Parts: sequence; C-alpha cells; structure tokens
Amino acid sequence: MRAVITVIGHDRVGIIAAVSTILADCNVNILDISQTIMQDMFTMIMLVDISKATTDFSDLAQQLEQKGNEMGLSVRIQHEEIFNSMHRI
Amino acid sequence: MINPFEIIETIKMIQEENLDIRTITMGISLRDCCDSNGNEARRKIYDKITRLAKDLVKVGEDIEREYGIPIINKRISVTPISLIAESSDEEDYVKFAETLDKAAEATGVNFIGGFSALVHKGYTMGDKKLIQSIPEALSTTERVCSSVNVATTKAGINMDAVREMGEVIKKAANLTADQGGLACAKLVVFANVPEDNPFMAGAFHGVGEPECVINVGVSGPGVVKCALEKVKGADFGTVAETIKKTAFKITRMGQLVAQEASRRLGVSFGIVDLSLAPTPAIGDSVAHILEEMGLEKCGAHGTTAALALLNDAVKKGGVMASSYVGGLSGAFIPVSEDAGMIDAAIQGALSIEKLEAMTCVCSVGLDMIVVPGNTSAETISAIIADEVAIGVVNNKTTAVRIIPAPGKDVGDKVEFGGLLGSGPVMRVNPFKSDEFIKRGGRIPAPIQSLRN
Repeated sequence: MRAVITVIGHDRVGIIAAVSTILADCNVNILDISQTIMQDMFTMIMLVDISKATTDFSDLAQQLEQKGNEMGLSVRIQHEEIFNSMHRI
Repeated sequence: MINPFEIIETIKMIQEENLDIRTITMGISLRDCCDSNGNEARRKIYDKITRLAKDLVKVGEDIEREYGIPIINKRISVTPISLIAESSDEEDYVKFAETLDKAAEATGVNFIGGFSALVHKGYTMGDKKLIQSIPEALSTTERVCSSVNVATTKAGINMDAVREMGEVIKKAANLTADQGGLACAKLVVFANVPEDNPFMAGAFHGVGEPECVINVGVSGPGVVKCALEKVKGADFGTVAETIKKTAFKITRMGQLVAQEASRRLGVSFGIVDLSLAPTPAIGDSVAHILEEMGLEKCGAHGTTAALALLNDAVKKGGVMASSYVGGLSGAFIPVSEDAGMIDAAIQGALSIEKLEAMTCVCSVGLDMIVVPGNTSAETISAIIADEVAIGVVNNKTTAVRIIPAPGKDVGDKVEFGGLLGSGPVMRVNPFKSDEFIKRGGRIPAPIQSLRN
C-alpha cells in the first residue's frame, strides 16, 4: 500500500532528514521524492510504501504531524488513492 | 506518480476551500422489526440499529484519518417508522422516537432520520399516529429527524396532510420556544421525496432499498467558488465548464469514500448524492458562488438563472464521477446554514418569494427559513402547498423546512448553533390563506403532457 507525504512550509535545514528518520524507524520505504518551491512555499512530496510499516497508520501520521509542528511545517500523510481518484479517470 | 500540482490542488481544496464529505449515512431497513407488542418492536429496532451501525463512526474516522479528507457527519436513516410502528398496539409513537434517539446515541451518530410517514395519497392509522406525535417526539429527543411526504407527481397533493403539517410545525415550534423553535429544524415536509437521500433532516430508508446500505453526500461550495474566482469575467460556457470539472473532482472523492466505507463495513454501496451543501462557515457558501458569477447579492435578479446553471453543471460533472448517483443531488439553499444567504436575507436582497423561485431550478426547497412566531398554521400550510406544487408539477423533489420562531419578528435573528447556523426572521406575506387551506381533500395529479 502506498501513501503520499506532503511537507509544506518555509525551507530550512534538516527537513528531509527529520521526515526520513521517522520513516526509517517505522520501516516505511521511500519510493520517490520531489521538492519544489510553489507559491513561495517549500513543498516536498514523497511517495512511500507503507505495506511493511511497523506502526499503524494513525501513529505514523501523528509522529509526522508532531515533527512538523516542532519545525513549523505542515506535514501530512494520505493514502495515494485519494489523489488517483480525484485526478485520474 | 501523481504530479505535485495535483497533490497540492487536492490538499488546498481540503485545507483552504472547505472540501469535505458532508455525511456517510447508513440506511437500515427495519421492516423485520414489526411486532404487535410495542416494547418488543422497540427492542428489535434498538438491537438491529446498534448491531449494524456499531462500527459506522469508527470506520468513518479511520477513513478520514487515512485519506486526509474530513468526514463531517456519520448518520443513520431507517425505514419510515409509521410502517413499523403501526403493527403494534401503541397509540403514542413518541416512545419509538426515544428508542431511535437511544440507538443513535449508542452508535455515536449525530442524527438519525426516519421518524417519517408517506401520506401523499392518504393516511393509514400508523401515519396518523406518527404525525400527531411529531411535535413531542422532536422536542423530547435530540438526534431524531422527521419527514413527511405530502405529495407526488403521480398522486397529486394531499391537502389534508398539508393542513395538518402547518399545525404540527406550529406545535413543534412552541414546544421548543426556548430554543427558537429548534424542533422544526429537524422536520421536513416533502413532495416527491427520494428514498436514498443521505442528508438530514429528510433522510429515511425507502421501502425499495436493500437491508442495509451506505449512501454518501459530498460537499464543496468553497471549492466551486475558488475555481470560479480564476475565471472572472469569462462567458457562461467557461463558467459551466469550470463548475463541471470541479464537481467531477469533488464527487470522485465521495465515490472513493463511499466505496471504501461500504467495503470496510461489509454493506452494499448505494449512491453518492451530488449536492453542494453549504455550512455557516465562511468560504462554504452557495450564495457566494452565485455572487461570484456577477450578482451583487444573492437574491438579485439573475439569481434563478445563476442557480440553474450551477445546479445543472454540478450534476453534469458529478454524474460521470460516480457509478451510482441519487438522493437529492443538487445545490442546497438553506438560509440559516449559509453565510451568504444569511447576509442576503438581512440586507433585504433575498425574500421567501425569491427563494421559492430558486427552488424551481435546484434541489430541495424552502430550507431552514425562519419566519415570525405569529405566522399562522394556515399560512405555513399555504407556504408548504406552494412549494410542493412546484415539485409536483415539475416532477422534482421539493421540501419545506420552516421555523416559526416563537416570540420573534422580522429583524430578529435566531441562533440554532452548529451546522444549523443562525436564521434571520424573514417577512411573510401578511394576507391570509385560511379559507384555501380549510378546504382539505386532494389536489389531483397534474397532466404529464401538454407541458408549458
């Protein structure tokens, strides 16, 4: 099962490191990663595989959100399916 | 991988433009809960609802978390209680409403619909008892919603029921006078009522429906308005095209959630209701969409045309996005639940007469309208008669949810709180309709050809 992690906020040192540390701890594999500046905001998007994750989805979501709060960023994880269903026929 | 712009677009719709799933509603048939003993019938009803819906709220919350899409309400609709209760020896059906209320509380849903009767051609004994118990049932319970269908295109209008509903609404308002007549916000009078509507207060589980079903209502007036902001000044072809595309995306979300909920609950998927349902929150208003099209205020001349375009484009976009579409499917125009409508009513741009015209081209009808507390039962019945006539002749659903707020007059505002919002008291035509309503009987079904 795949999910999309989005990080939106002001760019700073250590964003990718912080997020990927949590993912590694939870045994979540990063499949793809892209980052860009969109409307003056740093935007990072990660596609991850959560099928072998050692924590359940809501725990992972909470950890990411908490880390985001600490760093002044919005970090969210959502099932990939929501984007596919909205943007692909 | 989906491209970043699409991902950000989705997130923006949810975070900034109030895109949400308005409701996941589980429809439950209670037809096997009939019993000659009222207590036994109520036990069966309670057991069945709490058994089938025990995971509804949890599954809704799980989906919300995993997909990152807010699901505002989890609700239950049941078979019209008049059909179930009339097998019993009970005279007073308030006890059935209390049972529904308890079952709703136990399952954690915020509303349960189906304290209902279908009387478009006439009353059974059960229908009579149910309608008589509506005022008390709605004023003593918290979560129960009631609806009565008084007309259909095929049967015409039951004017005896229209007359009685005027009295029922007055009584319900007076019993909840300290809350501004709140009971009336949980009561809808329908023409051509749909059997699979997931939205309250008019939801019930129709007799043609399966044992248990999941229906989903989407919402997203804010998303449509934001999309239109990007095509300022463009012609109507562009406006319609923009709304269609947005409605498609919104509905796909509803379809996904509906399928996922039905899979996880092991219940069949019924329909997605393609409605634009506003909330009192800023940026979640249908009136503001109409104003974005170029009207100074909702209610100005041109409003009916703007709403017709909006309603049609939402359906055209939504139909392709979902495998099964049903319910009310159209733009809602509840006055107290829409910041733009409230504002338009206060400023005198929007009148009941204009709202009536608007209901000819969109879903539902005169919804969440607060009128002076001294409005007579006959006048309320006459308002209902007008509205259901529009539905009957035009082969569409119309409804009336009106609140004669005790002790309030034009210029006052009534606070209902939450999604029900706050309603400015609107002016009612002061001339009487008493003799008209007193006649009773039925208005025959309209001719279906020679349509002009």
